[in-house]
Amino acid sequence: MKIIACIKQVPDSEAKITASGEQVSWGEAPLVINPFDEYAVEGALQQKEAYGGTVTALCIGPESARDALKHALAMGADDAILISDPALPALDTLGAAHLLASAIQKIGGVDLAIFGRQTLDDGSGVTAAQTARILKWPLLSLAGQIKVENGVCEVSRVVEEGRQQVSATLPAILSVVQSIGEPRYPSFMGIRKASKAEIPVWSLADLGVTAPAAIVTRLRLVTPPTRDVKCEIISGETPEAIAGILVEKILAEKVL
Amino acid sequence: MKTLVYVDHFRGDPQPASWEALGVAKGFGTAVALILGTGLDALAKSAFEFGADEVLLAEDGGLSDYRSEAYASTVSAAVKAQAPDLVLFPTTSRTRELAAVVAVDLNTGVLIDLVDLTLDGDQFTATRPIYEGKLLEKVTCSARPVIATLRPRVFPKPSRDAARSGSPAKVAAATESPVTVEGYTLAENVVNLTDAGVIVSGGRGVSNNPSLTPPAGMDEKQAEIWRAQQGFKLVGDLAVVLGGAVGASRAAVDAGYIPYANQVGQTGKVVTPDLYIACGISGAIQHLVGMRNAKLVIAINKDPDAPIFQQSRYGVVGDLFQILPALTEAFKQKLGR
Repeated sequence: MKIIACIKQVPDSEAKITASGEQVSWGEAPLVINPFDEYAVEGALQQKEAYGGTVTALCIGPESARDALKHALAMGADDAILISDPALPALDTLGAAHLLASAIQKIGGVDLAIFGRQTLDDGSGVTAAQTARILKWPLLSLAGQIKVENGVCEVSRVVEEGRQQVSATLPAILSVVQSIGEPRYPSFMGIRKASKAEIPVWSLADLGVTAPAAIVTRLRLVTPPTRDVKCEIISGETPEAIAGILVEKILAEKVL
Repeated sequence: MKTLVYVDHFRGDPQPASWEALGVAKGFGTAVALILGTGLDALAKSAFEFGADEVLLAEDGGLSDYRSEAYASTVSAAVKAQAPDLVLFPTTSRTRELAAVVAVDLNTGVLIDLVDLTLDGDQFTATRPIYEGKLLEKVTCSARPVIATLRPRVFPKPSRDAARSGSPAKVAAATESPVTVEGYTLAENVVNLTDAGVIVSGGRGVSNNPSLTPPAGMDEKQAEIWRAQQGFKLVGDLAVVLGGAVGASRAAVDAGYIPYANQVGQTGKVVTPDLYIACGISGAIQHLVGMRNAKLVIAINKDPDAPIFQQSRYGVVGDLFQILPALTEAFKQKLGR
């Protein structure tokens, strides 16, 4: 099987994110592979182990995004491709999906392209669905379990109401959730291999496309209002006394 | 100004934020509700009562199960026929992808999980959380229609007027999909934190009850999880009395105490309850971002320096294993439950 893991590089989730004018700033915090995309790589490697084949990590981003691809390589991906071009504008989700779809077509012969459920930065969680629609491939989203048999992929989807079992003929686009299994740590050998790996860069010209014009554009950033509360500590002689006071206080707030 | 509102439901049970979307649509002008599936009469009636000017039904056995391809084709066709300026969805895992796919069909922008939407002249300005809610971005969309999903419990719910009624119109259903639904395993207890008015959450601290002796034969990790589950029972008891849902911190989920579906914070699960009670949660930044829009926050924690207290209106510095049962009992008596 030819499997693609689509990943993105984002600031670490512990980062203090601030607005610096129109730009997002994450201070000294490191850029890492989007945590949800580690599950995509894990899911891809599981499929490779079960059915054979190769895993290619695919990422749109600046040169620095090589590090995210190297993480995927260190986890066990066979190769990696970076889509990067100085002419790339600020992409909206639809623009990113068009680029990924072009790359998946250029790679050719792909059976599965696996995404994480969403990214920590934009957080829309729509790229897998949009890429599937552009390619006219079936979408098997929020997969918690994946099984492939005779060219048919069966997935157990983790949704609000429980689990939904769906199937589709390959090729297909998948997104995965945490139930797929904890992402493996890069091995020592993997890290060595990744550090030496040549990661090809595909430009817009390589993909045969022009820069997608953004339909959605950011006007400005806003810092969420901070909560202006003063905490009143409730104390009492016994747990029952504390509970009694707290219940009165809560009821007085009229939120129930 | 015409808005098409997609009424999201699972087997006839509506996602209440669909009505909030109707309210937003009414604020801009004409609201047309669109409902897909089978057995839709009750939903159509509700849509009129919550203010829909028109209700469109795509009723077909082929749409009885949600599949993004068929649903999106049906919605896209209705949008093309209706030519609205705006298409609104309540944010759910279904509508994230549905809105996304419809946006591909119509070659327009999709704005996910909005917390504000304003119209100035003919330009929409939408506000949405990014970086797990650490920042908000204001965005605009140059194409029409604008496709957007609204975060539940943020926009006001319109009042229901039982006197309002109307006759729904039929629209064509597209049922073709490369995806086959093989079946469902429905959860016994559906955890729907985004809709919850009350959330009682537990963190790492729920496993720290030293007075409990785990059953013999458990290793250290099993014993820890067993302890945590006893702690979450106390959390659950209070949630039941308050008619609320059980939440958890990432630390509790990562430690295996409770499923991921219960996690508050760290993408996707931003909650906006009227009352949030944090038990044994210290308050990591991701958690605080996830719950800081709650109206009233209460914290119970042993550590007086826990950051959660800075976000809380009332706090109890103490042992949650003593406080929680007392609090449950006190609410039971006060509320007569």
